[in-house]
Amino acid sequence: MIEITHLTKRYGALTAVDDVSFTVAPGEVLGFLGPNGAGKSTTMKMIAGFLTPTAGSARVCGHDVESDALAARRCIGYLPEGAPSYGEMTVRGFLEFIADVRELRGERRRARLDDVIGRLQLRSVLTQTIETLSKGFRRRVGLAQAILHDPQVLILDEPTDGLDPNQKHEVRALIEAMSADKIIVISTHILEEVDAVCNRAIIIANGRIVADEKPQSLEARSRYHNAVTLGFADAAEMGRARAALEAMPQVAAVEVRERDGRLTALPRDGELVLPAITELARSHRWNVNELHLESGRLDEVFRAITNPPANPPANPPATGG
Amino acid sequence: MRNIAILFRRELASYFATPLAYVFIVIFLLLAGAFTFYLGGFYDRGQADLDPFFNFHPWLYLFLIPAISMRLWAEERKSGSIELLMTLPITLSQAVWGKFLAAWAFAGIALALTFPLWITVNYLGSPDNGAILAAYIGSFLMAGGFLAIGACMSALTRNQVIAFILAVVVCFLFTLSGFPLVLDFFRGIAAPGALVDAIASLSFLSHFQSIAKGVIDLRDLVYFALVIGSWLAATALVLDLKKAD
Repeated sequence: MIEITHLTKRYGALTAVDDVSFTVAPGEVLGFLGPNGAGKSTTMKMIAGFLTPTAGSARVCGHDVESDALAARRCIGYLPEGAPSYGEMTVRGFLEFIADVRELRGERRRARLDDVIGRLQLRSVLTQTIETLSKGFRRRVGLAQAILHDPQVLILDEPTDGLDPNQKHEVRALIEAMSADKIIVISTHILEEVDAVCNRAIIIANGRIVADEKPQSLEARSRYHNAVTLGFADAAEMGRARAALEAMPQVAAVEVRERDGRLTALPRDGELVLPAITELARSHRWNVNELHLESGRLDEVFRAITNPPANPPANPPATGG
Repeated sequence: MRNIAILFRRELASYFATPLAYVFIVIFLLLAGAFTFYLGGFYDRGQADLDPFFNFHPWLYLFLIPAISMRLWAEERKSGSIELLMTLPITLSQAVWGKFLAAWAFAGIALALTFPLWITVNYLGSPDNGAILAAYIGSFLMAGGFLAIGACMSALTRNQVIAFILAVVVCFLFTLSGFPLVLDFFRGIAAPGALVDAIASLSFLSHFQSIAKGVIDLRDLVYFALVIGSWLAATALVLDLKKAD
């Protein structure tokens, strides 16, 4: 269990994290989203015990991160942003050091080291010093270090930043495999990642939580939720189809992409318009070469929430969920 | 204690994982030898003791010890590994002591490697080996004092060059504080006499020289223990205040 209550961090006049409260239960994979400088890393650093909160408190597994810091740290695995480690050490030496500090001994130590080395495919680089490794391997060493003691709580600050698509996939598979009984908090600004691994998303902007819900319901906020995209080969036909779609009462707007001959019909109030549109296409005998239904665009929701079109800094953004 | 030992091992091994350790040891030995034989006139004096060797230790340490201590915390800051270290289940003071003791042990190794001089002087004559041992102990304690200052300066910045320069300056003041140059400055700004005396007694030099004479006085031991203890406490304080900068 992670319980955050009224957590605040100020640096002089700057408030990096402003009265943030939430709890995370086992089994939850929480995606922490927000623009750069929104306070994601600062919040994670306070949970991990690196930064001291200005006000409020954070409890991890029942231990306060300030008054009972060591007990809290024992049940956390933390991957700091950029996966820092000791460059002059070999991968094996570094993991052995972490195992020492984490008080792993005997059979369990061997088993845990084998497990993380296998899971993160580090066997081929065990005797190399960390500074000679590629970015992807360094990130994996950082992850190995975080999960070595099989912690109940995993806090991963941008775990896939700088990895290639294959490595990202591996890291996501790893997170998914561990997610059943753990609490995992990941920060990212790759929105597809939230969809791929998280079952809860918190969006933070200017130090405040502006949305806290399931990724699916975030998508449902999108203008593109249940939007239907049609592809046409013939431009004249596309023009006719556009007029027909715009005439439909359930359709709020139609977006045209001339470049690849696509129309996107945005529904009013997220209504399901797919059946009506397929019916329309069939009755007009449109030559449609592509038809798909969108679940929503997270990046558009993200922009709308964190960067409201009007400029109302006077009143704080509404808290969702 | 267990955590201090783990950090100590990691830190000490990291000195030897880079060329730093070997470069440092070679330069230390070369300079120690050069000072002893050329500036100290080891042979010309015709005396079977190591005074010309130990007399130069404060000046040798003034530049070489900050070279060891500058990386202690500045490097952790620069690489970001401080964030990893400080979120492991260890306390801040364990981290401060573990790293300091590793640096001190490394300085001790370099000092111990000057043993050929001791063999030489025993081959040439019959020196007072008790006094030599006392001088070695005094020199080691003084190295600890320099290192504790250097650790604190290193905690102040993420730039190793700045850490080096700050450490040299502060160590220089602590070495010289028994000398007129420094004391006159404090008299000049009309500091009270008790303060001037206190500053005079802070000098590394006077305490080292009294041990090097062969007398290990409890007061000198307490002095070095206090210097090391308080500079490390200051290190912990500095780290706690600005570890995230």
